[in-house]
Amino acid sequence: MELTVTLEINEKKHVLTLDSRTTLLDLLREELHLTGTKKGCDHGQCGTCTILLDGKRVNSCLILAASADQKSITTIEGLSSSNSLHPLQKAFISHDALQCGYCTPGQILSAAGFLNEPWERTTEGIKEGMSGNLCRCGAYPNILTAVQEVLENQKLLNPQKASHS
Amino acid sequence: MKPFRYHRIKTLQEASHLTQEPGAVILAGGTNLIDMMRLEIMNPAAVVDIQSLPLNQIETLPSGGFRIGSLVRNSDLAFHPSIQKEYPVLSQAILSGASPQIRNQATVGGNLMQRTRCTYFRDGISPCSKRNPGTGCSAEHGYHRSHAVLGISDSCSATHPSDMCVALAALDAQIVLEGKKEKRTVPITEFYLLPQNTPWKETALEPAEIITAVDLPELPEGTRTCYLKVRDRSSYEFALVSAAVVLEFNQNQIQKARIALGGIAVKPWRVPEAEKLLHHSTPSKKLFQTCAETALKGAKPKKDNEFKVELAKRVILHALSLASKTKKE
Ligand SMILES: Cc1cc2nc3c(=O)[nH]c(=O)nc-3n(C[C@H](O)[C@H](O)[C@H](O)COP(=O)(O)OP(=O)(O)OC[C@H]3O[C@@H](n4cnc5c(N)ncnc54)[C@H](O)[C@@H]3O)c2cc1C
Ligand code: FES
Ligand code: FES
Repeated sequence: MELTVTLEINEKKHVLTLDSRTTLLDLLREELHLTGTKKGCDHGQCGTCTILLDGKRVNSCLILAASADQKSITTIEGLSSSNSLHPLQKAFISHDALQCGYCTPGQILSAAGFLNEPWERTTEGIKEGMSGNLCRCGAYPNILTAVQEVLENQKLLNPQKASHS
Repeated sequence: MKPFRYHRIKTLQEASHLTQEPGAVILAGGTNLIDMMRLEIMNPAAVVDIQSLPLNQIETLPSGGFRIGSLVRNSDLAFHPSIQKEYPVLSQAILSGASPQIRNQATVGGNLMQRTRCTYFRDGISPCSKRNPGTGCSAEHGYHRSHAVLGISDSCSATHPSDMCVALAALDAQIVLEGKKEKRTVPITEFYLLPQNTPWKETALEPAEIITAVDLPELPEGTRTCYLKVRDRSSYEFALVSAAVVLEFNQNQIQKARIALGGIAVKPWRVPEAEKLLHHSTPSKKLFQTCAETALKGAKPKKDNEFKVELAKRVILHALSLASKTKKE
């Protein structure tokens, strides 16, 4: 069945006619060529396809584009503002939080979602909060350091928000 | 994925009308259904997307306790301040399941209705009576390490995979069903059916009915709870064994106890005989050990999952000890 959906992707409105079977992940990659969002497993088991949907992190492989009608999406292509990288992107670079980089867009989008969720701001809290993203290269220690750094900076900038857990 | 018609509905009437169509299925968060459809285990002719129904509230009930709308996201429920305070066992259970991304999308109704993770059910080709009635059970003589030891039959030993539902079972939750003439409420302990000879019949849900809410009874002051989950890796993994424990205390005496088990049974599994041993008792390691032994009495393990019996006893013992030490504020 064909249907029309309206989505706001990285602050740009798209009106698309699609097969009802299209997932958000396939829509992003195959139709819109936003290939920053990766496909690892297509079954919700790895987190490489993580995007923000109305500001919340989700696995785009398990969501029909049809059910995201009228919603807004942020992918790795839309995370940075104008010419400056997002603090998480900078921290991933400065801490070398990747090897092959395949999981990285998902890790970063997941961390972006994590920052707005009421997790305990502890090492254990970050590890558990980031456990939905697998890294086949095992770059976990540096990913943890990168996320920790952004959290620390966020605390300095906005102590009230950071103490909310 | 096989082609299907997609409907976004706005009222309960539309939902129950459309789900009466042969081959129609409800879509909530989609984290299980889309997977099942991609594996072509579920091939609905029509998908009825209920996300626009007004079922995403968490409200207090006039009789005490809470009503949780079936479209409340798993994360929102787990992080809800009242739930964290009044029913910590439920928050712990939810947060131990799946991943943050999945929990942000998954709903309460979908969690209740998620299908088993049995590898034979999911491979789409092996004989499996749950998937293809009458074909038998491949786990019977095949690989069954992850399978159930309680409530099983010759035709199925697949586990119910949910963590949330184990906590709901220990809380004596009620499932609210609507869509037919009469709105009705079914205790979670009666909502899931044993596989017996009909493993494809999984719940008391009837055609045209949808889950609209889950009711949580109020817990008396001084109730202590715990959810303990043991698995092959420390996160993002289904349970090998889990236990939800709810102990109603009066001073240092247990008045009433409810224990539910996950990962080892065909449905969220209550153990009334074992619970009875704890009523009006003084907690002690010896008593908890006897309780754990009793809980596993009916277990029917096979070669690969025999370890689950001992593991479950230890999980129960540990969960009871942890719960009796955690005072509710
Ligand atoms: C990789 C992975 C790991 C996971 N690990 C865990 C885990 O450790 N523990 C755990 O508990 N769960 C785990 N899950 C399962 C997860 O919790 C479920 O996928 C989720 O709860 C389903 O909710 P949903 O809203 O997305 O359901 P959907 O996929 O929308 O629906 C699931 C089923 O429920 C039916 N349904 C949905 N809503 C209703 C309703 N209101 N009334 C009647 N029927 C309805 C649908 O028709 C469908 O058959 C995991 C999932 C994945 C993919
Ligand atoms: S591709 Fe979506 S979780 Fe792996
Ligand atoms: S950097 Fe290679 S998978 Fe994570």
